[in-house]
Amino acid sequence: MNIVVLVKQVPDSGAERNLRTDDNTVDRGSASNVINEMDEYAIEEALRIQEAHGGEVTILTMGPSGAAESIRKALSMGPDKAVHVVDDALHGSCALATSKVLAAALGTLNADLVLCGAESTDGRVQVLPHMLAERLGVAALTGARKLTIDGSALTIERQTDEGYEVVTAQTPAVVSVWDTINEPRYPSFKGIMAAKKKPVQALSLGDLGVAPSEVGLDGASSAVVEHSKRPPRSGGQKVTDEGEGGVKLVEFLATEKFV
Amino acid sequence: MGGMERLLPTDEAYELLGLATEIADGELAPRAADFEARGEFPREVVRTLGRAGLLGLPYPEEHGGAAQPYEVYLQVIEVLASRWLAAAEAVSVHTLSCYPVYAHGGEQLRKLLPDMLGGELLGAYCLSEPQGGSDAAALTTRATRDGDSFVVTGTKAWITHAGQADFYNVFCRTGGPGPRGISCLLADAATPGILPQAAEKTMGLRSSPVAQIVFDEARVPADRLVGDLGDGFRIAMEALDSGRLGIAACAVGLAQAALDYAVGYARERSQFGKSILDFQGLRFMLADAATGISAARALTLAAARLRDAGRPYSAEAAKAKLFATDMAMKVTTDAVQVMGGYGYVQDHPVERYMREAKVLQIVEGTNQIQRLVISRHL
Ligand SMILES: Cc1cc2nc3c(=O)[nH]c(=O)nc-3n(C[C@H](O)[C@H](O)[C@H](O)COP(=O)(O)OP(=O)(O)OC[C@H]3O[C@@H](n4cnc5c(N)ncnc54)[C@H](O)[C@@H]3O)c2cc1C
Ligand SMILES: Cc1cc2nc3c(=O)[nH]c(=O)nc-3n(C[C@H](O)[C@H](O)[C@H](O)COP(=O)(O)OP(=O)(O)OC[C@H]3O[C@@H](n4cnc5c(N)ncnc54)[C@H](O)[C@@H]3O)c2cc1C
Repeated sequence: MNIVVLVKQVPDSGAERNLRTDDNTVDRGSASNVINEMDEYAIEEALRIQEAHGGEVTILTMGPSGAAESIRKALSMGPDKAVHVVDDALHGSCALATSKVLAAALGTLNADLVLCGAESTDGRVQVLPHMLAERLGVAALTGARKLTIDGSALTIERQTDEGYEVVTAQTPAVVSVWDTINEPRYPSFKGIMAAKKKPVQALSLGDLGVAPSEVGLDGASSAVVEHSKRPPRSGGQKVTDEGEGGVKLVEFLATEKFV
Repeated sequence: MGGMERLLPTDEAYELLGLATEIADGELAPRAADFEARGEFPREVVRTLGRAGLLGLPYPEEHGGAAQPYEVYLQVIEVLASRWLAAAEAVSVHTLSCYPVYAHGGEQLRKLLPDMLGGELLGAYCLSEPQGGSDAAALTTRATRDGDSFVVTGTKAWITHAGQADFYNVFCRTGGPGPRGISCLLADAATPGILPQAAEKTMGLRSSPVAQIVFDEARVPADRLVGDLGDGFRIAMEALDSGRLGIAACAVGLAQAALDYAVGYARERSQFGKSILDFQGLRFMLADAATGISAARALTLAAARLRDAGRPYSAEAAKAKLFATDMAMKVTTDAVQVMGGYGYVQDHPVERYMREAKVLQIVEGTNQIQRLVISRHL
């Protein structure tokens, strides 16, 4: 099975993250950047499928040149090769444009299965998998907590707030996964060394036949007009116990609907 | 480890240290306290270390290792020990247990190395006996040749990984008394007649299983003889030279953990209206600890570099083991002191560090035996 895993480099959600003051896009320059967490689960799932069914695993990333670091990290877990769509004109692209570019890149890769995270920790729009499937004209199996493969038949347990739904489709398809699906492996030392020699193909917008005007800030279908920092947490409420302390605490919990 | 600079010989060594740190933070640190409290061996965690390639670091690639110099391997051990001593100790003991076959095994035996170093298997090293640890040359476990096998009978004591290991290096008497009558066998753990006993109830390092192993006419194939008949004692001592460096690195990592924790605590704690760090009497204790750690690290790595260069390093390894483990005992004790009553209770890890440091002064040759080795080289 020929599997492509979408991997996005994002600012570390554990560290401080900012938007740029000049164009309101995510500040990727000063942040410590990592692989979008959910995408590590997609990589792990792809590797397990490869171990069971054979085939090839390719990483596909759209992002600035600094994303190469995350691509290496992804490859050190075990995938065979990577494609990096990198072009200055992509800066500030909206979800629609991102899906257009990724779909064009996927068009060159002939995937039976596209695996990706259910959402990224920076954009958090959860729309990419659906948009991609639509553009590619294939099924979208989204939000999987379990994926089973039987020949060309794919079955997922789609995680919902209440439980799960069983959804099936035939390959080719796009499957997005939650972090409940598996436990991603650490890279091995040998994997890290081997990753340095794995092929990473760089593609520009020109290579994909996408016009610069369709992407980037200018081509965005919506725009972030302004932003401001979340206000600092307020000091909270102090309860001084003068015999009534317990009652006041319960009242607080009740008004905040904790009890 | 407050921004400590490491000088490593290659770019790949930095990558390796990065990987070790990631796994130590992600897998070891969160589990150490619980497993130590329960006294449970973290077999799965050790497997994770193995799959990441950390169980065969100093051996050549052709045998399935990662071809890392001791200088680098020991710094990996140090990082692991700073998050969980028992896990670092497991790597160190396993690495020691692969040494005899690597250095003295014939071609046939060396074919086992890729499996031994591959990360899924765990080794143990059986030298000590109930009646004798320091005087290892007096060991009494006997192996008698019978057809295609050696029949092994006797009792080994204090065996790390007893009952968990997949293979045992067994040092046993095949000839007359004294060091020349000792040979080394590589035995599969599943061999009938190899009987690990109940685990010892230890003061610290409790997630690392230690027990006696009774050999009751265990039949080990004759082709599992490592080296020649009578080579066993020499092999055991050579392996210990390397192993002692591992213990020294464990001590450095453990002491670093204690210092980092104590410094973090002291920053937050105030008495007499100021931070306790503002009291010079306390701050100097921490400065001495930091200096001791750096000195021990330097001594350990200096011995490692001699080994890597193929030079004699036995006395330097003994000095490193002696100095680093005595230093770790002092630094962990001082870390408890810095924290006052809070250092003495199990809500903080430093009392555990102090209990763990003690064993490092005893294993792989007590620190008296290290002095014996050093003084012989004077
Ligand atoms: C500050 C800010 C400003 C924005 N401005 C605009 C705007 O003006 N107009 C607009 O329409 N949108 C805007 N967005 C949305 C943003 O462009 C999208 O979030 C992004 O293009 C892709 O969506 P996502 O990563 O959130 O996708 P999700 O659907 O949350 O991601 C799901 C999965 O898709 C894959 N994936 C996503 N992106 C990539 C990639 N680049 N390469 C490889 N795989 C990928 C990953 O596997 C990921 O786990 C903005 C977002 C932010 C945070
Ligand atoms: C947790 C733990 C794990 C261990 N793991 C292993 C293992 O995996 N494999 C293994 O083979 N062994 C292992 N050991 C055994 C360890 O190596 C021995 O305990 C150690 O060598 C000391 O031997 P002993 O306990 O018999 O003490 P003894 O040899 O009886 O020593 C008692 C005291 O006498 C001192 N002494 C002895 N001889 C001299 C001398 N010549 N000069 C001055 N002082 C001397 C010692 O320093 C010590 O203070 C382990 C021990 C422990 C506690």
